[in-house]
Amino acid sequence: MKIAPKKVKMPRQKPKVRVTNFNEVALGYTKEQAQQEARRCLQCKKAPCIKACPVEIDIPSFIAKIAEKDYRGAIRKIKEANLLPAMCGRVCPQEGLCEKACILSKKYEPVAIGRLERFVADWEIQKGSPESSSLPSSTGKRVAIIGSGPGSLSCAGDLVRLGHSVTIFEALHKPGGVLVYGIPEFRLPKAIVGREVEYIRSLGVEVKTGYVIGNIYTLDELFSQGYDAIFIGIGAGLPKFMDIPGENLNGVYSANEFLTRTNLMKAYLFPQYDTPIKIGKRVAVIGGGNVAMDASRVALRLGAQKVFNIYRRSPQEMPARVEEVQNAKDEGVEFKFLTNPARILGNKEDWVTGIECIKMELGEPDESGRRRPIPIKGSEFIIGVDIVVMAIGAGANPLLPSATPDLKVNKWGYIVIDETSGKTSKESVWAGGDIVSGAATVISAMASGRRSARAIHQYLMKALQPRDFS
Amino acid sequence: MYKILNKQDLGPSIKEFLISSPEIARKAQPGQFVVVIIDERGERIPLTIADYEREKGTITIVVQEAGKTTYQLGGLNSGDTLFDVIGPLGIPTHIENKGTIVCVGGGVGIAPIYPVARGFKEFGNKVISIIGARTKELVIWEDKIASVSDEVYITTDDGSYGRKGFVSDELQRLIKGKKEFALVFAVGPTLMMRAVSEVTRPYKLRTIVSLNPIMVDATGMCGACRVSVGGKTKFVCVDGPDFDGHQVDFDQLLSRQRIYLQEEKKALQSCDSANKHSRIK
Ligand SMILES: Cc1cc2nc3c(=O)[nH]c(=O)nc-3n(C[C@H](O)[C@H](O)[C@H](O)COP(=O)(O)OP(=O)(O)OC[C@H]3O[C@@H](n4cnc5c(N)ncnc54)[C@H](O)[C@@H]3O)c2cc1C
Ligand SMILES: Cc1cc2nc3c(=O)[nH]c(=O)nc-3n(C[C@H](O)[C@H](O)[C@H](O)COP(=O)(O)OP(=O)(O)OC[C@H]3O[C@@H](n4cnc5c(N)ncnc54)[C@H](O)[C@@H]3O)c2cc1C
Ligand code: SF4
Ligand code: FES
Repeated sequence: MKIAPKKVKMPRQKPKVRVTNFNEVALGYTKEQAQQEARRCLQCKKAPCIKACPVEIDIPSFIAKIAEKDYRGAIRKIKEANLLPAMCGRVCPQEGLCEKACILSKKYEPVAIGRLERFVADWEIQKGSPESSSLPSSTGKRVAIIGSGPGSLSCAGDLVRLGHSVTIFEALHKPGGVLVYGIPEFRLPKAIVGREVEYIRSLGVEVKTGYVIGNIYTLDELFSQGYDAIFIGIGAGLPKFMDIPGENLNGVYSANEFLTRTNLMKAYLFPQYDTPIKIGKRVAVIGGGNVAMDASRVALRLGAQKVFNIYRRSPQEMPARVEEVQNAKDEGVEFKFLTNPARILGNKEDWVTGIECIKMELGEPDESGRRRPIPIKGSEFIIGVDIVVMAIGAGANPLLPSATPDLKVNKWGYIVIDETSGKTSKESVWAGGDIVSGAATVISAMASGRRSARAIHQYLMKALQPRDFS
Repeated sequence: MYKILNKQDLGPSIKEFLISSPEIARKAQPGQFVVVIIDERGERIPLTIADYEREKGTITIVVQEAGKTTYQLGGLNSGDTLFDVIGPLGIPTHIENKGTIVCVGGGVGIAPIYPVARGFKEFGNKVISIIGARTKELVIWEDKIASVSDEVYITTDDGSYGRKGFVSDELQRLIKGKKEFALVFAVGPTLMMRAVSEVTRPYKLRTIVSLNPIMVDATGMCGACRVSVGGKTKFVCVDGPDFDGHQVDFDQLLSRQRIYLQEEKKALQSCDSANKHSRIK
């Protein structure tokens, strides 16, 4: 059989239409499209895609089930390794993971593994309530999980399926971490996140929202309440600013604030929802990552007439996914490469009126291996804008670590762990996700959550064994 | 869901709520606050924990109706529930035995000085409280403040109660009266906290103010609450809310508090018309 060189295209909203709404851009495969794409898979014996998946989904098996129209079987296969497929199918950077490793990619486009994963996950959602797996009898051990991002959710899912009693403590009023406050509705509908969290709940995980651990309880207080082990998955939620003049003017947002107001607080539905957001006519978003793409595209949908994306290096160095950059371009975002903000200008009432930038050129490679941008003297120019969004990265929030002096952190404030188990310097405490690695991906956070779940399980079971008194 | 156990009107547009929240009550310290969300569509608004009783599992908040959310809160009654109450947040006020402490409370800021004054008193300090408001009906919690103070001075802008003038004038008078003070702690409208800081600056009298910028998450995640203090940007929700009043850029705080004036008006209007609508029904 001849292999189609290209992936089956996924239907999506047209750029002109989608910038006027917050609905999902990519619409997902139909059954026919999914089967057609599934048939492109070669069913490799030593499938390289599996190894490239951080949670090692048995990719050829689930794709084979799709081709056989056994969708129930396909979703079961995926859920053996990944409890949150509807989200991963949408936001994982497959082009750098499973699809990059796919044999087909040597000659053709790889199998659209992400789209197929999404397809079966959505199929299950449409079917109604997900299958609940039967749980083993209780071990009587209790685990507290701090934060409710993907790392925590996958750790919780694994532990509860091993018979432990699990409680998640989340600081915000809704569970999901970046998936609810950061990634916009049009890339990851909040109803989908809600469903996946509900599924974890249905397995028996207790989710307590509005608990800022470090303040309401310290880790030691959780232990004295009877928890036997703790997993920390609090993310890297501290917004960075550039430290340039004018950053505290009215109209300057961190990407976190801009996205949290819009996604978590639903400011795009103001005044039906109470939280407001300033809608700019001309918006500058600073940064070249996925967060900057999300902020730019949110600004357009809120009603900005013009959105500039300002990035100090060239397109080749952009950390954002190629697909997201293309989406932003198609929607009309104007890119200013090799450009760096020098200061933000304001009027008498302290409102932003513009941003002064300087042109850059690329010099020698720096520590990251990317060529270092160097300012070109005398090339300053001003872009007139009324809103500026800083999307230049995030760091470790010190709230919990500073309330836990015996928890070792590195010089950037990230928690230090043993790489094989996720174990921290503190007795009975594990950690994973962005608070360990720095800002990374949903799937790497999930993989580290699983790793810690395995280690926590071993630790708890050892404690259950009868003591040797000899 | 958090239950309102009791509600009291303290004066025109100032309401006191007793809320059942045993876990927060157990951990609350003077100077800390909570975030309140009224319903599923609600904003997250910060309110100071004005009192707490650990054994009874209750906290008290005192709210001035200022806009949509606080009006809506003001309309709730005992037996009603709040969608969420999150806390305790912020770094507790640093309390130690220092000598004589002046606690200055303006308007609805009178309530938040109560736990702080009580804390300083329990640590063996002499506590002098200056409380004031625009007019007599807005002077709240006089008895409670008196119960934890060695001396209480009262001012009103219109002279309807206590001495006519501002709390900062009263502070100026006490300082000129050659009293020796170790520390001034002030809570109230931003302009009042600035005035107090200006009064004490020439005397190099240490002055702590509790700032009230606009907040969203109140866990250090968004930066909405940032204010320059001593030339450095601070996140008030996690680095404060208490700061050295002589270092705070009050002008910046004042203008950042005005970011959403237009939107706030719109929110209030849409909620007014919704209320009228439901009344007609
Ligand atoms: C705008 C944006 C877009 C992104 N897009 C993608 C994408 O397309 N694909 C991708 O793979 N990755 C993407 N990422 C990165 C990805 O979302 C993160 O790497 C991932 O969510 C990290 O997961 P985590 O488990 O470490 O926790 P997080 O998702 O960061 O969640 C941590 C949670 O812990 C809570 N918390 C913090 N402190 C406390 C405390 N003291 N007590 C209780 N709870 C606490 C926080 O409120 C938060 O809910 C994006 C990130 C952002 C910001
Ligand atoms: C640490 C802290 C403690 C506070 N304690 C008290 C208290 O004990 N009692 C009390 O009555 N008020 C207190 N406030 C102020 C209170 O949070 C605001 O009055 C309230 O948020 C106004 O909301 P609104 O919708 O009713 O009014 P709006 O019409 O939205 O706003 C009125 C004014 O309140 C401020 N404000 C608006 N939204 C917020 C927000 N999300 N966070 C903070 N300020 C905002 C703005 O400056 C605005 O101009 C405190 C604020 C902070 C930061
Ligand atoms: S590498 Fe590609 S072709 Fe081979 S099994 Fe995986 S998805 Fe199929
Ligand atoms: S309110 Fe978000 S960082 Fe302070």
